[in-house]
Amino acid sequence: MASITIRDVKKSYAKMQVVHGVDLDIASGEFVVILGPSGCGKSTLLRMIAGLEDISGGEIAIDGTVVNKLEPRERGCAMVFQNYALYPHMSVAQNIGYSLKVAGVPAAERQLRIQAVARTLELEHLLDRKPMALSGGQRQRVAMGRAMIREPKVFLFDEPLSNLDAKLRVQMRSEIRKLHRRLNATSVFVTHDQVEAMTLADRLVVMNGGRVEQVGTPAQIYSRPASRFVATFVGAPAMNILEGTVELDGVSLLGGSRRLAMARAGLPVGTKVAMGIRPEAVRLVAPGTAGALDATVDLVEELGAGRVIYVDLDGAPFSVMTSEAVHPEPGSAVGLRFSPDDLHFFSSDTGTRLEVFKASVPEPVF
Amino acid sequence: MVERTPFLNFFTHVILFVGFVLCIAPFAVVAIAASHNLRDVNDVPMSLLPGSDFWLNIKTAWTTADLGPKLLNSFIMAAGVAAGKVIISALTAFSIVYFRYPGRTFIFWLIFVTLMLPLEVRIVPTYAVVANVLSPYQAILDVTGLSWLIEKVSGVQVSLSLGLLNSYSGLILPLIATATGTFLYRQFFLTVPDELTEAARMDGAGALRFFIDILLPLSRNNMAALGTIMFLWAWNQYLWPLLITTDQSHATAVTELKQLIPNVGGIPEWNIAMAGTLIVMLPPLIVVVLMQRWFVRGLIATEK
Repeated sequence: MASITIRDVKKSYAKMQVVHGVDLDIASGEFVVILGPSGCGKSTLLRMIAGLEDISGGEIAIDGTVVNKLEPRERGCAMVFQNYALYPHMSVAQNIGYSLKVAGVPAAERQLRIQAVARTLELEHLLDRKPMALSGGQRQRVAMGRAMIREPKVFLFDEPLSNLDAKLRVQMRSEIRKLHRRLNATSVFVTHDQVEAMTLADRLVVMNGGRVEQVGTPAQIYSRPASRFVATFVGAPAMNILEGTVELDGVSLLGGSRRLAMARAGLPVGTKVAMGIRPEAVRLVAPGTAGALDATVDLVEELGAGRVIYVDLDGAPFSVMTSEAVHPEPGSAVGLRFSPDDLHFFSSDTGTRLEVFKASVPEPVF
Repeated sequence: MVERTPFLNFFTHVILFVGFVLCIAPFAVVAIAASHNLRDVNDVPMSLLPGSDFWLNIKTAWTTADLGPKLLNSFIMAAGVAAGKVIISALTAFSIVYFRYPGRTFIFWLIFVTLMLPLEVRIVPTYAVVANVLSPYQAILDVTGLSWLIEKVSGVQVSLSLGLLNSYSGLILPLIATATGTFLYRQFFLTVPDELTEAARMDGAGALRFFIDILLPLSRNNMAALGTIMFLWAWNQYLWPLLITTDQSHATAVTELKQLIPNVGGIPEWNIAMAGTLIVMLPPLIVVVLMQRWFVRGLIATEK
């Protein structure tokens, strides 16, 4: 078990900078998930922790030891790769035991440890097989076994589930979670899948464009996104954003076609804001209800347990998620209602979260 | 796509068969000629029905050209070239693909250029070097005036000399120094996923460990293919062995075949010459038959 400290870490390739000064503290035994769209630098950051990429600037320390100049094998990290990266010519047992062989562990002890790991991962009956003769899920487990056998201080996962089919992914997800609870090793898990991220993480790191946008528990990230990017990236369907301008006694939305009456809440008049509201926080009411927004239904997506209703709000797309058994016809009018507590405000210029005094926002009136 | 096209199938098989006959016919003629006696083989046209002197001719050819030791020489040379080539190509390709160092591209092109300079083109300088391996260094010393300086200072005249004529190393080494194998390996190494390299690094394997434990086992097929090609190529070498083996003890089987070819005005013993040819042809044939499976797999790059 080990803590990881990342201080102002940067990475550039030739002239292109892909990671811009990341700071992050990972506590011992914590399961941290780095979430972000492809190309946001999350894998690069993970590979820098692993030692597979040079660090262009800043410092990474594992257990207080700066590891910038250390070879991967000296860092005490083990990594699970996206394509498993099993050695195709070695049997499962040889694959799992290879790091011990390199380290010069005697064959007898090696066998014992391979057996122990195989038992944990239910791979005992497959030990003599070659990776080619395994299913995706089994390969994934072998890759995990290869990481586990070294009893590393830190587990690194580089999108390990993205090559699996949906059902297996859910299953492996809970297995990884269980494994972490048992081994309690510090883990860093990189993914672009928000469901994976939300379910696995003790703490979530959302990255975008080589920068950390927000660090927090999944609940914090969901309920108080620090930026417009986080707000729209986390949660499905994505959070609705309506552009607006702060006025003396409210917010003018959608180029002035709708107004939300509320106290200024500390924002200067004329501030351009993006107002966000999650689809699942919107209630459908009869059109024309006082204090509700009227909109036209575009499309209804049936999800079984609920449905997503896409509506048109004066030309702006808007979605509503409801578990009620309503099936509005496309083209019909509906009313949208939401509580002021569920509103998020972001600066239109910088995208950062603007704190408003919720108490000063009355039930919205349009 | 599998189609049922009986007529086309038949037609392609005919073409295949014609090709097969075209390829095999010369060998059949050689084998038949090798079975005739002196009179029959010189009949015009020669009878295409096998004669009865096959084993006698083989025996005569064997003793006349002293093929036993010559075949051994050929085998040592061909095996040496194949092995040397496999090893050196794997190492150079490993260096070119997996390491970043100054001058890498330059070295890559240097190797590449040797493709355009086969042994036959540079045979005179190569001969000079093999006659005295140290002659290039001598030349450097002479041109820079260093040998003059050394002679002035110490009174010793510098004359470096290490000859490889009439030796196995002389036969083998110049044939190893070409680029073909390097490229075969390079192409293969480029298809090995980076993640495998990284996994090995995470497992604590250093460069050499990775090369031996991961890369070499993965390139077994390539090695077999390259080894086979190089064995055949080296076995069939004529010019180079002829040049540097002035002494019979290191002559190869292919060059010794000349002994069996009748001189102008001599007895036209073509049956013996053909029998000798058959013997010399046999070892490469055996190698191909044994290695065929690996050989084909090695050349159809990816194994899924």
